Amino acid sequence: MEKFVSREGLVAPLDRSNVDTDAIIPKQFLKSIKRVGYGPNLFDEWRYLDHGEPGMDNSKRPLNPDFILNAPRYRGAQILLARENFGCGSSREHAPWAISQYGFQAVIAPSYADIFFSNSFKNGLLLIKLEAQIVDRLFKETQSTPGYRLAIDLQEQSVTTPGGEVIKFEIDPFLKHCLINGLDEIGLTLEHAEEIRVYEAQRKKQQPWLYI
Amino acid sequence: MQALSLYDKLWASHVVRQDADGTALIYIDRHLVHEVTSPQAYEGLKLAGRKPWRVQSIVATADHNTPTKDWDQGIKDPIARLQVETLNANIKEYGALRFYPFRDENQGIVHVIGPESGATLPGMTVVCGDSHTSTHGAFGCLAFGIGTSEVEHVLATQCLVTKKARSMQVCVEGELGAGVTAKDIALAVIGKIGTAGATGHAVEFTGSAIRALSMEARMTLCNMAIEAGARAGMVAVDDATLAYVKGRPLAPSGAMWDAAVKYWRTLTSDAGAKFDTTVTLAAADVKPQVTWGTSPQMVTTIDGRVPDPQQEADAVKREGITRALNYMGLKANTPMTEIAIDKVFIGSCTNSRIEDLRAAAAVVRGKKVAANVKLALVVPGSGLVKRQAESEGLDQVFVAAGFEWREPGCSMCLGMNDDQLAPGERCASTSNRNFEGRQGPGGRTHLVSPAMAAAAAVAGHFVDVRELH
Ligand code: SF4
Repeated sequence: MEKFVSREGLVAPLDRSNVDTDAIIPKQFLKSIKRVGYGPNLFDEWRYLDHGEPGMDNSKRPLNPDFILNAPRYRGAQILLARENFGCGSSREHAPWAISQYGFQAVIAPSYADIFFSNSFKNGLLLIKLEAQIVDRLFKETQSTPGYRLAIDLQEQSVTTPGGEVIKFEIDPFLKHCLINGLDEIGLTLEHAEEIRVYEAQRKKQQPWLYI
Repeated sequence: MQALSLYDKLWASHVVRQDADGTALIYIDRHLVHEVTSPQAYEGLKLAGRKPWRVQSIVATADHNTPTKDWDQGIKDPIARLQVETLNANIKEYGALRFYPFRDENQGIVHVIGPESGATLPGMTVVCGDSHTSTHGAFGCLAFGIGTSEVEHVLATQCLVTKKARSMQVCVEGELGAGVTAKDIALAVIGKIGTAGATGHAVEFTGSAIRALSMEARMTLCNMAIEAGARAGMVAVDDATLAYVKGRPLAPSGAMWDAAVKYWRTLTSDAGAKFDTTVTLAAADVKPQVTWGTSPQMVTTIDGRVPDPQQEADAVKREGITRALNYMGLKANTPMTEIAIDKVFIGSCTNSRIEDLRAAAAVVRGKKVAANVKLALVVPGSGLVKRQAESEGLDQVFVAAGFEWREPGCSMCLGMNDDQLAPGERCASTSNRNFEGRQGPGGRTHLVSPAMAAAAAVAGHFVDVRELH
């Protein structure tokens, strides 16, 4: 996993609640057996006016001028501002892949669906939870201030507004540690291989029917 | 001794190690694998030079991408075909306890074949790269969906890194009315607590109404737990659980069965067990449900009406309702029974088991699909369900009424194959998600129970199944 580097970036506001994984990356793109190439199809049905299929040249497709990410002022955004229950629905990891590969490094929202949450952290995508009222205020500031940027400092667990206001956020210490150091979770777990073997041997004895 | 919940027991029995901050390594007994979320995991495993930890924990099938007709012609879509072939190659290279590939007689939706093969047993941890893995909790399992990185993690280590969830009890007491099903309980609960209502929680369904449900119905209920945001849904083990499991191909037998049963009987919440949250529902109050919007929480009863955004005080919610009605092509205050449909889909891991098909067949027997319905599909959940239904003559009932009887798979639940809605088409569907574009771009999904879907097929619009009784 890539290390998460604290940085500041342009903010794009996606003002909808319950944004689901089918909207983030529609199913036809799930047929791929690769880990990359999902960025151009992030929010495909909202972003383009035509219907997208794998293998299309996305640069030639008509963009939906009403979709917020297509607005020139949000081009190159690195921070996605969203509403509650972001990422609900399926377990497809293609959702965080698409968000990262589009160029976002972090999402800020009041809440996220559980599976999406853990999938994102495994791919170096930082999800920041802030209170709904604060998120609401950030929406207003983003919408009313062209070029609105936020600075994210993961070590300090803070988001700093252009006005210099510092907003603290909570994060699980283990997730933070993995993100900052770009750790390979499988490698970490395998350091405990002996414990897993001991557990397994005991389980086999106690519940042999699980091993037939 | 402290009273423990079912979730407490399942959690405690799977902890390999736990750090002071609660981060735990938990052991995974059963790993279900399908073609869509596994290729990148196997690739990662290979790139790192690792091997699966316990091949015998793996049960695999192809279901999401596979066609539901003309099986002899293979998979026409080259991208889907490559994905299915990649699964075949990965299982061939690394192995599995059981593999039900495309066109195998026991192929089917992963959440249907797990229980019916006995791959899902009480007390297990069951994972799959699919959110509806919560289905298996019906057997007193801790079952949950994971992403592709976690699929790779389980392949390589047989464990997952996670923290214990909060616990929620959804207690349904009393008797369900005629024509009211587990699907209606699920939708009613989601309508009540919202699609994020159980986020961060492991949910146990309790109460006399739940104990009275068949295993099929419990699977429907646990299946939909994820639509309430739950990490897992579960039901305690009882006689019905044991009766279902007994004799399944991968279930223990003889002395081993007796030993297993002795343990499985302990898989219930102790009297006085504490839950972080409790939601209660009176079974008698649950009516047949129909969704009207683009999220499972946008649901009402069959005798209800499409909501009026003007009546909503909260601006964000009002905007959400307006957007949903726009997408769904519905006018505020329309009675649900006046909404005409174009297609009907009976299937998916929520409602494609034999009981679901029996319930739907009972409604359509001797009737015809309405003239305005362009396509009515029945897609059995597995090869086994299909053969069972055919042996009972259910396929004939459906075909005589004008339904198409298909091969098993996920089909129009998510439309990764040819089974899709065209833009603007409205569908009565027994699946689990009515998100925008879920069943096809621009498609409009109304979630209902199998009997309600069958009744809508015959009438051409939604009807109250209770009036047919
Ligand atoms: S039937 Fe639908 S919800 Fe179930 S596993 Fe298949 S695609 Fe997912």
